Amino acid sequence: MKAKVTITLKNGVLDPQGKAIEHALTALDFGGVDEVRQGKVIELDLAETDEAKAKTQVEAMCEKLLANTVIEDYSIELSA
Amino acid sequence: MTDYNAKFNAIEVTDELIAEHGITKEEHGIMLDIMGRTPNYTELGIFSVMWSEHCSYKSSRFWLKQLPTEGEQVIQGPGENAGVVDIGDGQAAVFKIESHNHPSFIEPYQGAATGVGGIMRDVFTMGARPIANMNALRFGSPEHPKTRHLLSGVVSGIGGYGNCMGVPTVGGETNFHKAYDTNILVNAMTVGLADSDKIFYSKASGIGNPVVYVGSKTGRDGIHGATMASAEFDDDSDAKRPTVQVGDPFTEKLLLEACLELMSTDAIVSIQDMGAAGLTSSSVEMADKGEVGIELHLDQVPMREEGMTPYELMLSESQERMLMVLKPGREDEARAIFEKWELDFAVVGKVTDTRELTMMWEGQQVGSIPVPPLVDASPMYERPWEETPQQDIIAASDVKAVDSLTELLKTIMGSPNMASRRWIWEQYDHLVMGNTIQAPGCDAAVVRLPETKKGIAISVDCTPRYCLADPKQGGKQAVAESWRNLTASGAKPLAITNNMNFGNPERPRIMGQFVGAVKGMSEAAIKFNYPVVSGNVSLYNETNGIGILPTPVIGGVGVIDDVSKAVSIDLKAEGEDLILIGETKGWLGNSVYLDTVEGREEGAPPPVYLDQELANGDFLRGLIDDGLVTASHDLSDGGLACAAADMAISGKMGAKLVQPASSDVPAHAYFFGEDQARYLISTKNAAVIIEKAQESGIPAEIIGKTGGSDLKLGEGDAISLAELREAFEGWMPEYMAVEL
Amino acid sequence: MKSAVILFPGTNRENDAIAALEQASGVKPQLVWHGETDLPKVDMIMVPGGFSYGDYLRCGAMGANSPIMREVAKAANAGVTVFGVCNGFQILTETGLLPGALMHNASLKFICKRTQLKVESNATNFTSAYETGQVITVPVAHNEGNYFADTDTLDRLEGEGRVAFRYCDEDGVVSDATCLNGSQRNIAGILNEKGNVLGMMPHPENAIDPLHGGVEGSPLFTSIVNSLS
Repeated sequence: MKAKVTITLKNGVLDPQGKAIEHALTALDFGGVDEVRQGKVIELDLAETDEAKAKTQVEAMCEKLLANTVIEDYSIELSA
Repeated sequence: MTDYNAKFNAIEVTDELIAEHGITKEEHGIMLDIMGRTPNYTELGIFSVMWSEHCSYKSSRFWLKQLPTEGEQVIQGPGENAGVVDIGDGQAAVFKIESHNHPSFIEPYQGAATGVGGIMRDVFTMGARPIANMNALRFGSPEHPKTRHLLSGVVSGIGGYGNCMGVPTVGGETNFHKAYDTNILVNAMTVGLADSDKIFYSKASGIGNPVVYVGSKTGRDGIHGATMASAEFDDDSDAKRPTVQVGDPFTEKLLLEACLELMSTDAIVSIQDMGAAGLTSSSVEMADKGEVGIELHLDQVPMREEGMTPYELMLSESQERMLMVLKPGREDEARAIFEKWELDFAVVGKVTDTRELTMMWEGQQVGSIPVPPLVDASPMYERPWEETPQQDIIAASDVKAVDSLTELLKTIMGSPNMASRRWIWEQYDHLVMGNTIQAPGCDAAVVRLPETKKGIAISVDCTPRYCLADPKQGGKQAVAESWRNLTASGAKPLAITNNMNFGNPERPRIMGQFVGAVKGMSEAAIKFNYPVVSGNVSLYNETNGIGILPTPVIGGVGVIDDVSKAVSIDLKAEGEDLILIGETKGWLGNSVYLDTVEGREEGAPPPVYLDQELANGDFLRGLIDDGLVTASHDLSDGGLACAAADMAISGKMGAKLVQPASSDVPAHAYFFGEDQARYLISTKNAAVIIEKAQESGIPAEIIGKTGGSDLKLGEGDAISLAELREAFEGWMPEYMAVEL
Repeated sequence: MKSAVILFPGTNRENDAIAALEQASGVKPQLVWHGETDLPKVDMIMVPGGFSYGDYLRCGAMGANSPIMREVAKAANAGVTVFGVCNGFQILTETGLLPGALMHNASLKFICKRTQLKVESNATNFTSAYETGQVITVPVAHNEGNYFADTDTLDRLEGEGRVAFRYCDEDGVVSDATCLNGSQRNIAGILNEKGNVLGMMPHPENAIDPLHGGVEGSPLFTSIVNSLS
């Protein structure tokens, strides 16, 4: 299976890079952008074929390494 | 069975294709003579990069040979990855400067980062641990829409790479001029330290010895980067983006540690970094120097992408890779070290006695070129050149005086080319390794050698406007200023590395700039026993026919036996005397003053009198060694007033300067003239110094005193240091605050 | 004092750490490779600065998961003194030995300069050779030193006297204007509950030599040595 992990800063954690992007967009005359949050995407190729097991596995990876849950949230998308 | 030769060389080599590879008609003929047939596609690729300006120095070689490269201190001059200079006590300084101009314009962060990575590799390939980085940067006018973006990207790229490597970036210079609007210059210099009997070279030897590839995997990065660096820009240059390499400083840090670990054994015969033109230039260089052949099994090269061809593997400029020849049977020992550092290690070939570069794929030959003619027959042009016409000498009395010298000083100190570079160097880790004795902002950086009291002083210098007005004087001045900067810190200058940045050499005026600069540099380098031990040439810095200012950057290295004696520019205490060493005639031609007050960038630049330079510099070095000097600064852009301002601002200490009654130079020219061979020093021992100067026939006069919170130029013309500092420190942060 | 300095791939201030520890204790520390599963018997462990694993993924995240850090955590829990500087601080927060996280500097730029710190209290194993409230000058060199923790954690840190250093100016003023990198409550360094683990972003190991960066970092190392003798 393929897993796509999206990691963003938690709401309430100041995101200076997001702020800078927002500022730049405004300066480039893209109006109507209220808030920008930036994060990262990690793509994984898994040997596991069972979706439930894959999800458990990737969640463990996120908790242990991929995300720092003090400041970050993560979401997982799985596809065949 | 697949016929790999047919598969990989299916593209027909037509005259058009040869021309597209940047090979001229004349070179085309030589190539056919060498091969005795039309080369195949893979071979064509190799010719094109080996004969590019970047690799072959075809326009510059004739003239570069005239530079002095020898001296009793020189262990290795130009021709290896970096120059090597004896610094005593069994140690050597290994250093080189290199440009990454074109890539940095296309992608400033990665271009600058990989430039820094490349120059550090050049140094540690020789067996030296890098201990300091410097850089010389030139950007377009501050008003140009791309300048902020380029400056910001280049600075974070340099920091991003050097900081991660843990090598302090200890100084440099940055200028702005509209001539660099679309051709910025990014020159990076690294100085390393090695035991003088443990230097590693690239010369391959030992028929049958394994050729080993270490470092990162090879991808399709920067294919034809070397030819790109040798072509003028046009408006489509943005389309060349995919060829930009991406740096990985983490891998390079591992490569550094792994190489130095392996070098501490005796397993290596020779080693060469894969820089521009990657596997091609490294294997050709090793084979040529060793007068042997090299057979490469390209299918064994660690690859990052699928389906890579021999052409791509030979031309890729993926970073953080090395090629080496090992002693027979030492592969496992070497492999264990590289695997510990989690790096790729592959035996990719062997040394042969054929003197051919032979490329194989799964046992089948896919290309072969005889090495000696590939190297020796590479074109060398003595391009037509014309001298730059001499400009008029501008008399100080013909230049407008200003009402307030200090008001003008504030304007100049807060101007783009003179303002503080703190915004830049605070983004560089200049303190890591714990040996930075003099940090950015000084004349020269001083870095202590680990576990000794000795230090190395480093400076990078060039005054391009002088070079434009008079290439020969400009070349001489760049060397003299470098020598002065090292001297002002108390160091003994040893040798230089040069980075020759010019426009299109096919234009005689540009070629004439190059020739003039080489002549001037040679004269000064010979006089100072300050030979050139390494260097780099970057030509074709032009867009749509408009070239940069001629910019021959000099990276100078000196040694100081006791770093506690090194002197910095900052004023230290109240009530000290300020002494001006050297003769002041008030030269305003091509000065900062003339540009600022009258908006004129013209006139003959200040002449460089080498005898005076040598005498005045040696005199000052003696005073510093005797402990008589508390602060010292070389006089350059903006003359006496700007030097005094630098010293006062950094020392947070005021001063009063008065023109001696014996001087008949107009005040504005006395304070802002750019006569060479001068230093401003601060001392508690003025009487002793003046006496020594008189004995030695050195012009030296007490012209002021430290103290207070103002800088005073003459009677009644004062500015508070706070105001001066605000102008000096304020410009760049304010300018960059509007960065997108 | 016997000490160890942990070496990760990408660590680059190990020699600076070694110099400081040796100067204060007279004994050269042992270098321990991150892949080791055994720690030598030492009184003190320093996790030095650098870019372990290139700062890829997150600063300190991969270093925190290396074999040796399990042993460092065990030692810390058993009361051994542990001191993390810069990347070492980031690693200690990633292992959970210290609370909170280090985020991008508010300026989004790497910052290398000498900065002022206020010593919050000299009643710790790491600060006894300073005066409480003393302002010291030490360098910083980091890109991700912006300390973050939730309000409860911050309140607890302050309530328990576990904020060791704060960014301030030359007069000791702690304010938003004197906050170097956006850290919450100007926090530059914190202690664990037991007081045997300190993490800080600035580099006292680069302030032990009058010719290089001043000597105001030396008392920190002296304090450590004194606490262990």
